[in-house]
Amino acid sequence: MTNTQTVQFPADTLERVHKIIKRYPEGKQKSALLPILHLAQAEWRWLSSEVMDYVAGLLNIKPIEVYEVATFYTMFHLEPVGEHVIEYCRTGPCCLMGGGEVYDHLKKKLGVDTGGTSSDGKFTVKEVECLAACGWGPVFQIREKYYMNLTTEKVDAIIEELSK
Amino acid sequence: MKILTQHIDVPGIETIDVYRQHGGYSAVEKAIKTMAPDEVTEEVKKSGLRGRGGAGFPVGMKWSFLAKPEGVPRYLVCNADESEPGTFKDHYLMMKSPHTLIEGMIVSSYALGANTSYIYVRGELMYVINILEKAIQEAYDKGLLGKNILGSGYDLDLFVQPGGGAYICGEETALLESLEGKRGNPRNKPPFPAVKGLYQCPTVVNNVESIAATSWIVNNGGEEYAKIGVGRSAGTKLISVSGHVRKPGVYEIPLGITVEDFIYSDEWCGGIRDGHKLKAVVAGGSSVPILPAELILKTTNGENRLMTYESLSDGGFATGTMLGSGGFIVMDETTCIVHNTLTFARFYHHESCGQCSPCREGTGWMDKVIHRIEHGKGRMEDIDLLVDVAKKIEGNTICPLGDAAAWPVAAAIRHFRDEFEWHVKHPEEATKPGAVFMREGASWTL
Repeated sequence: MTNTQTVQFPADTLERVHKIIKRYPEGKQKSALLPILHLAQAEWRWLSSEVMDYVAGLLNIKPIEVYEVATFYTMFHLEPVGEHVIEYCRTGPCCLMGGGEVYDHLKKKLGVDTGGTSSDGKFTVKEVECLAACGWGPVFQIREKYYMNLTTEKVDAIIEELSK
Repeated sequence: MKILTQHIDVPGIETIDVYRQHGGYSAVEKAIKTMAPDEVTEEVKKSGLRGRGGAGFPVGMKWSFLAKPEGVPRYLVCNADESEPGTFKDHYLMMKSPHTLIEGMIVSSYALGANTSYIYVRGELMYVINILEKAIQEAYDKGLLGKNILGSGYDLDLFVQPGGGAYICGEETALLESLEGKRGNPRNKPPFPAVKGLYQCPTVVNNVESIAATSWIVNNGGEEYAKIGVGRSAGTKLISVSGHVRKPGVYEIPLGITVEDFIYSDEWCGGIRDGHKLKAVVAGGSSVPILPAELILKTTNGENRLMTYESLSDGGFATGTMLGSGGFIVMDETTCIVHNTLTFARFYHHESCGQCSPCREGTGWMDKVIHRIEHGKGRMEDIDLLVDVAKKIEGNTICPLGDAAAWPVAAAIRHFRDEFEWHVKHPEEATKPGAVFMREGASWTL
């Protein structure tokens, strides 16, 4: 059913994986699951069942142990996503600073609804809960980068920059 | 009086050399070279330092519960999962001055006899994780981490663990489950982590700010720390301010200043944004009860309310609130309390781990019912229905997420019932963009 042959970390990432596993006591390599799922998502953008099975193999745990974790934590994408995933904070403090209006503008600009991907495959828009940047709201995140104190003008500039 | 943020704006403070030029790592030298582990714990006890993640439990006492069976490793785990809406102080501290946390981790690990410690950071803050890992490498390179630290014979390895986006992992036993590579379902207690924590070994879990404060306590003594603040609210506290103030951001305050001073003084928030008036405050992160302007500034006895654990909770939940995590959310008269409560209810619905029925089901119902009130489809009996659901969640779950979800809804109705009723009675008006209920005669009515 699954084909793990096609899924393989590049050598330098594999080296990082083995280093990460060493952070935990002997036999507790399952602790490396979240860090490795982050590496996998950075590599393949989203976590297909093939990718999760591969990670299970790396850690010598059952595939179900990976699925149950990947489905619990909201950072992991379980379906294909665009090149840039915009994770937009929808919680109270950001809303107080006009987060709702800026979000509507963003969706309109990209022609997508929450969860959707723009027709050129560049952007996926997701709503997330509080990103711990409340005093600098409205906020969204694209991969590791936080974009803060957003306005409609800033959103336009960010999208233009990333569309190049 | 600044303890954690004294040098935070010094250029290069994120590097170990600049950090040391400003006295950094002197606590490690002092603790490891001149103090026994129990002496460090004793100073922390004397300091009166209370857990800064929200619960306010005395740190020294928590440390003294740690079981110490022979031949079993002990762990210190730093809770940097900071996810409570309104709270971004740990984010700020770690991003600006990673060594402040690392120094505290070394001192605290030494006190507890831990040889491996972890900092569990919410996964969204991957850029902060990179900053921490770089700083940790610097500390290894200088012999402050690793084998035989400063020639003392004490060994410590320190690692950063990313979360995966789950508020529940801020609950300490959920955090430990997550660190073991599992879903973040809180554990039944007892046993407490102090007895059976990470990998079933004795473990202490402390918040970033708590751990960071231990370095100053070692350097200056617990008694000096206890002199700052008021009574059982000792020391300084990082307050992260969001919402409608002139200067949102993170402030380190000595516990004991008045709430009024904190909001209006130029030293801190600088007052409400121009042309607006204070309507309400959520003083300690989204889970603590919201208070209207008059109750956050003064207690019902007419006393000025202080930024302390005790003063903020004066009056119980009827008229008081909690210091919590220090996530201070300020709202002016343009704020629709129903909408704000909806975002909190939606948050807890999304973040419930689903393990306990009252929380899993109840958070969903509260989200749904507030959603329909906010969208002009509410019924008058919905308001009491919300109070009823909140009551049935509170106290009936394995972990405090249930309480955290119930309190903001119950408090919003307690203090702003007229606003909920207005939404039910005037759905057309209430659903217009920007529409806000104005209470007649209220101090925030323009």
